[in-house]
Amino acid sequence: MTMVASPPAISRRDYSAALVGLGSFIAFLLFVEALIRFGFLNRFIVPPPSEIVMSFGRLFAEENIVHRFFFTAGECLLAGVMVTIFGISIGVIMQRFDLLRRACETWVAAFASAPLVLTYPLFMVIFGRNAWTIIMMGFLSALPPVILKTIEGISGTRKVLVNVGRSFNLTPGQQFWKILFPAALPTIFVGIRLGLIFALINIVGTEFLINFGGLGQLINDLAERYDLSGTYAAICFVILVSVVFFIALEKAERWLRPVD
Amino acid sequence: MAETGRLRHAAVAAPLISQVTLLRIVIILGVLAAWEFLAHSGWLYRDVVPSLLAIGRALIKLLSDRNYYFNLGVTAAEIGTALAIGGSAGLAVGLLLGGNRFLSKAFEPYLYYLGPTPKIIFFPVMIMWFGVGPESKVALGTLSCFFPVALNVAAGMRQIDKVLIRVGHSFRASTWQMVQKIYLPAMRHPIINGVRLGFGFALIGTLLAETKLSNKGIGFLIIQTYSVFDMPGMYAMLIVLFVLAIGANALIGRLGGLENIKRN
Repeated sequence: MTMVASPPAISRRDYSAALVGLGSFIAFLLFVEALIRFGFLNRFIVPPPSEIVMSFGRLFAEENIVHRFFFTAGECLLAGVMVTIFGISIGVIMQRFDLLRRACETWVAAFASAPLVLTYPLFMVIFGRNAWTIIMMGFLSALPPVILKTIEGISGTRKVLVNVGRSFNLTPGQQFWKILFPAALPTIFVGIRLGLIFALINIVGTEFLINFGGLGQLINDLAERYDLSGTYAAICFVILVSVVFFIALEKAERWLRPVD
Repeated sequence: MAETGRLRHAAVAAPLISQVTLLRIVIILGVLAAWEFLAHSGWLYRDVVPSLLAIGRALIKLLSDRNYYFNLGVTAAEIGTALAIGGSAGLAVGLLLGGNRFLSKAFEPYLYYLGPTPKIIFFPVMIMWFGVGPESKVALGTLSCFFPVALNVAAGMRQIDKVLIRVGHSFRASTWQMVQKIYLPAMRHPIINGVRLGFGFALIGTLLAETKLSNKGIGFLIIQTYSVFDMPGMYAMLIVLFVLAIGANALIGRLGGLENIKRN
């Protein structure tokens, strides 16, 4: 008997829960709008949600938000490519030499819990106030999860697969490319997904902090001009982009790991 | 007999320093030597990579500076307050969502997707709401640590053994008694894990806010060293900060018994 995982049926209760969630969110926005219109909230601190929605058009027409989006996306992509190449390579080397893994794995884990983004002034000195500082911040923060998940993925390859490779007299290179790497790929992708999330957070954060680049800089610019509705709209746009990015990564991960 | 013999043999053969420790020492010495070489090579701009001696001197100067401890106290107070407010709010929301499937389906996706967004972008809003003082830093730290605590507690609550919950109900425990006697003790590890993550996020949020706009705190001191190009001072400050952050993280994990879970 084969067991096939069927997708969970979405019940009517789930739909109504999602509707309640969305409805509550809209009700909250209307409530805030009412509080501002009746003077209970200062519109110079919290702009009305309707004004924020109207500001989106301005962001596209006047603030080059599409160009800024692609700038930030390019930084993320470059950091992602770098972290994939270096992270997987370091992970493979560490997994290949057990002594090295035992010596350094706890260091990599400690590195992951360190507040790396605070080193951005250091990178500003080394690279200057430019995109490389931002990319390096994204790269560094994304590196530990990719290394750790590569080690975990290759170590977790099923013994039977490794033995099949041995029985075919595969060379170490063939064993890696035909058996170990494909088997570890779903786990490695979990690391890349986590790494990309960290990279995006740090890239937008560093852009905001050093006032350079794409979406992060836009928020800083608008805040410094005291363009309240524009600032809120830009923040909403960044949240929207982040959420879409996370959902896309999640879908890609599910595609790689169809059955859990 | 054979086991005893093997043990005795192992005891005799055990080297003074294990291979792992030896390799670690070699790596550390190699990195330090490479650093010193780079410092004197002239390949980078002067003082971008200061000599180890200069960093050591800066470290001693930093640790004997009373002003540093005052700023450390300010940052610690901000992080502590942020963790207390964000952690409590996260705990309450996590308990609510974890205990009610409908509420979880309705609101948890928002938390799940908002959780990993870059919180520093909310700093201009926090300044408008709370001013330029420590309050805005505490607010950003609170916002940063709320999400991991709430999501961990909600997930932890769903993993509680149903038998324990039935035992509570069979004793006719009130909601408060259920929280106090069943939910919280059964969720000690997810809560501590959430607090550990929350602490990391609160630390980053608070310190980044300090680097952006502040006149006290460790973040302010770091950006000051950048402004006056005091590179040994910056390295010293980052080293101390990393040691404190990693140490605090490990301490929270140890207090919560996370080490024991991993071993089991």
